[in-house]
Amino acid sequence: MFRFAGITAFTTFLLVGLGGLVTSYGVGMSVPDWPNTYGYNMFTFPISQWVGGIFYEHTHRLLASAVGLLTTVLAVWIWMSDSRRWLRWLGVAAFLGVIAQGILGGLRVTLHMDSLGIFHATVAQVFFVLLCAITLFTSRFWIRGGTLPSVSSGLKTLLLCTTLIIFAQLIIAATMRHQHAGLAIPDFPLAYGKVWPDTSPDAVALYNSRRVSVTEEAPVTAFQIQLQMVHRAMALVIVFLTAACAVLSRRQRGGGDVLSRFTLFWLVLMGVQVGLGAATIWTNKAADVATGHVLVGALSLVTGAVACLIAFRRFTSDSAVQASGGFGVGAFSGVPSMK
Amino acid sequence: MKIFSFFLLGAMLAVGPAATAADLTGTVVFKGVPPSEKEITPILDDPNCSPGYTKAPLTRFYVVGAKGELADVVVSLKGAAGPAAGAGAPPVVIDQKGCLYLPTIVAVQTGQKIVVKNSDACVHNVHSKPTAAGNPESNDVQMPGGADLTYTFANPEPFLKFQCDVHPWMFAWVTVFDSPYFCVSGTDGSFVIKNVPPGKYTMQASHRKLGVQTQEIEVGATGASAQFTFESK
Repeated sequence: MFRFAGITAFTTFLLVGLGGLVTSYGVGMSVPDWPNTYGYNMFTFPISQWVGGIFYEHTHRLLASAVGLLTTVLAVWIWMSDSRRWLRWLGVAAFLGVIAQGILGGLRVTLHMDSLGIFHATVAQVFFVLLCAITLFTSRFWIRGGTLPSVSSGLKTLLLCTTLIIFAQLIIAATMRHQHAGLAIPDFPLAYGKVWPDTSPDAVALYNSRRVSVTEEAPVTAFQIQLQMVHRAMALVIVFLTAACAVLSRRQRGGGDVLSRFTLFWLVLMGVQVGLGAATIWTNKAADVATGHVLVGALSLVTGAVACLIAFRRFTSDSAVQASGGFGVGAFSGVPSMK
Repeated sequence: MKIFSFFLLGAMLAVGPAATAADLTGTVVFKGVPPSEKEITPILDDPNCSPGYTKAPLTRFYVVGAKGELADVVVSLKGAAGPAAGAGAPPVVIDQKGCLYLPTIVAVQTGQKIVVKNSDACVHNVHSKPTAAGNPESNDVQMPGGADLTYTFANPEPFLKFQCDVHPWMFAWVTVFDSPYFCVSGTDGSFVIKNVPPGKYTMQASHRKLGVQTQEIEVGATGASAQFTFESK
């Protein structure tokens, strides 16, 4: 079951990437109907017609169907074979989540609503975290790990706050992508040649007069410029926080500890992510680079979430909590029995 | 004879206002150096679009002639009331050819038909993205050789965007007016607003990238002329 859950999570990761390509190329509306594709049942849509932007949008839908199928099988499998009641309901949550996510994606197309696209992208991140968590809960590491020492409350709080800030950062990023404002500021590390750009009406009019792009987008607004500045500032804060997590974990637990390795990996991931963010600007939002930025963002959130789960579990992994058996942090320590 | 004179007087009164209306002419020029246009390189990567090209076409945001003549400027009389053209007016045609919209800048009156054709041998989706309340968004498939698509908009709106998401470099902008007094400057920078009744007006010239300029003008019985100058910022 662990491997199957891992495959489902990995397929979801690919799906997030394909969704990133759809928005990077700006082709989310290239298939105007849903759930059909150009009037065909989506599974019988001729390959010869997978042209231009249709290719990305249609394959996104097909891969989403595969994730839906895998998630359904996973939920049934967990329900049938795992004794942990909370995990069984987590499987049901994943099943309901994938359905809701599919409907959200469809409504975004049929209702012509960019704002639903932001919600669709955000739910995708949460769903990916959920599947990775299920994978963790079905792993031997998790099932055998009841005797590990607990984590200090300070580190636990730091991990949780950093993860939540990354989640907020991903919501900002989704807003920028779905407003097609990823290049609201065309330079980096400066912004329109300044540390903080002028966003007066005259300045914004000047910026727009100079914007010439092949995939022409709506004129940028002062809000979009400020939003990207917040995105950049938060990236700095996140790098600092992940560095603090890595240092604190190493000091408290030593370099060989699982959590220390996790947080070090997290910090490296942040370095890569900042590089990809800069490259997104410097390459004029090349689709592959921008999609890489989306994928590493998703990995960053999952890494933080998994680190939190490990830390929370360690923090409460005494015998009293193991005996509780209810749905909650303590319940994660319960050792499952297979039916 | 009296009956004939009566009808003659009536006819003169009927055509009187139109006879006094005149054309408002002028030119739009650009001073300075416009930003460089970009090559639409993805068009060469698409086997359905590339056959007509030996090199990538350029974007057309600043269509400037040798002497600074500026095309694609929408010129209008701000707030001028006039007879509704509506569905009876000749439709404005936008063609999809070589995976580009031609022309890219047009203007219509509320209710006037916009006909979108597909001269390409590939599928396009015609996605209109209005922002004014009451102008509905639509996203329609147009197969190669498919029937023309017709759109109308009930409310005025500047630069209403049409785009193809299958080929995300394809855009056209339609400005919708609630009066008949508007036009788009040609490649020689000239414009003509026809049949303008005498009076004082505020003229407005709008360019997608350069913004909006206004100037006051008085149209006499023989018309009037005006010039707009946009400068590089």
